[in-house]
Formats: sequence, structure tokens, C-alpha cells
Amino acid sequence: MRLVTHNMLQCHVRGCNVNNYPLQLSEVEIEIQETEFNSQFLRSMIRKLEWSALINSAREIGITTLPEVLPDDFDEDFLRNIHRVLLETHIQQGKMTCPNCNHVYLVRDGIPNMLLNESET
Amino acid sequence: MRLKELESSLQDLSGFDEPKITLEQYCTTPHLAARMLYTAHSVYDDIESKVVADFGCGCGILSIASNLLESEFNMALDIDLSALKIAQKNCSNYEVEVDFVLADIKSDSLYQWKNKVDTIVMNPPFGTKTDKGIDMIFLKKALEIATTSVYSLHKSSTREHIKKKAKEWNVDCEIIAEMKFDVPMMYKFHKKKSVDIEVDFFRFSKKESRN
Repeated sequence: MRLVTHNMLQCHVRGCNVNNYPLQLSEVEIEIQETEFNSQFLRSMIRKLEWSALINSAREIGITTLPEVLPDDFDEDFLRNIHRVLLETHIQQGKMTCPNCNHVYLVRDGIPNMLLNESET
Repeated sequence: MRLKELESSLQDLSGFDEPKITLEQYCTTPHLAARMLYTAHSVYDDIESKVVADFGCGCGILSIASNLLESEFNMALDIDLSALKIAQKNCSNYEVEVDFVLADIKSDSLYQWKNKVDTIVMNPPFGTKTDKGIDMIFLKKALEIATTSVYSLHKSSTREHIKKKAKEWNVDCEIIAEMKFDVPMMYKFHKKKSVDIEVDFFRFSKKESRN
């Protein structure tokens, strides 16, 4: 699971409808896998992501290089950094905790488990 | 990459070890998968450099085909962990990257996917065995999420129903091809060696995206 995907996951325990995003990352194991750089794609992708959620999540996994506020202009260095954070950083193991109800979703072998028990849905 | 090359490069995928009948786990054939993705790519330009999601990915063939046609970011979702493990292994054999999510299509965990995914490709369960109507749940969810278009396979016998629903949901739909899905004998209730199911290959597109 990369941060792009994490940026799209929210808690869905029954009744948990507010402040249920982004899921807080902890106890993570990270793997870096290099991939081709495509600046045009990154430019459009960045605009679609929830930036404040992204910088928080990045911080939770030890990445502190993202600016607090999304710059208006994306230079090459910024895009290279974003490329590394979004497309090359894989969360292999970890916990994702709902900031509202504290439900814990696990990431195992790179796959986040978003399934709930019947009593939780 | 040409269609033939795409199809033949998809021949080496592993299928399900123990297909689950309740989930209608049939692997999409390389022929169908190649046809779907090649059309989405070459006719509609919906794959290259796009964010592509695969709902009910099974062994991952559509995501791999999408990757081979240079999609930029792939996400694949399934409710069955053992299917995802096979898909993951297939992807590593093909050296393609796909983010997998173990989730139920019916849940609200996908709410944030809206407007972030360009194209959705899927071969949903037909909903003929135990979970009637599941194909339409997949389709509705996919249409809520995809920014541009959804490519999907549906039984030809449900064609009119699907057209009606598309109209109701205010999306354009067209049948790109009528195809035969050669389902091999995998389950006890299959009496013949394999059976051809007639399917329609649909493209659904958002009306707004053309403006």
C-alpha cells in the first residue's frame, strides 16, 4: 500500500461518520521500490489528494520533507520528492487507527484489511 | 503494444487455487482481458498515465493488462484475501505495481476514492448463484467513483436491465462487443467440461466528463 491509496481510506464502522479520516499510521514497516518518474501525472495527482491528510500520514511514517502548505508552483525537486513519497514508498506492515472510534485496521504484506465483523457494520 | 501481444503476454498468470463458488471466482480469460484493456486504451485513451482501479480483481489479470498498457497508478480491490495473494504474486512475476485493498465493495470505506480514480475496469460477479444483484452493486459503486469511465462485463441476458439502469443513473453506456466467456469446469455443479456464457462488454461514461 502506498500513501496515495492510504489517502483514500476512511473508517466505516457503523455510526462512525465524523473525523474518521485519515487513518493514523503506526508500527509501520516501509519498503522503497523505485519506479519511473512521470511529472505530468504527479502534477495532476497532487491536486486530487487531501494535502493536509497526506502530510500528517507522511509524518506518521517518518517522512518530514513535505511542506505544510501545497506550493503554487511545482519545481523539479518538489516533484522528485513527491514521487518518492507517493509512488515509491510502500507500507508493508502496520496499523491504521481511526482518529474517531479508534478501530484498528491492519496492513499485512502490503495489503490493508478494510473488512469489518458483522457486528461492526 | 498490439492486441495479440497483450493477449499472449497474459497467458502466464496463475488462477485460483481453490475457487470459491459463493464469490463466483472465475478468472477472466487473457482473450477477454486483453480485448477490454486494449479497447479502453487504443480507442478511448482511458488507460495510459491514468489512475485505474479494478473492482473484484480476483487473480489480477485486468490490473496487469492495464499496467502493461502504461497506466500510472493501479488499485485493485477484492473481498477475498486468498485471491489478493494470488494477484499480488502474479503482479510480482510480471514486475508491475498494484496497490491492493481487502474490502467489501458494499462498504463506505471507499468514499474517499471519488474523483481520484480516472477509470475503473472490472469483471464483476454476475450475481447468478447466491448473491443476486451483486453485479449492479459493483456497477453503481464504480460509477460513483470513476471520474471518466467504467469498463465492465455483464451477462447478455441482462442487457436491457443494464441499459435502463444506466439511463436512470444518468450515464452514457455503449456495448463495445458481444463476447463469449469460456468458463472452464471448476465447480461440481458444472456438468460440461466448459460452458460458454454470452457477455456484453460495456463502456459507461460520465456525461459531465465530455464538457
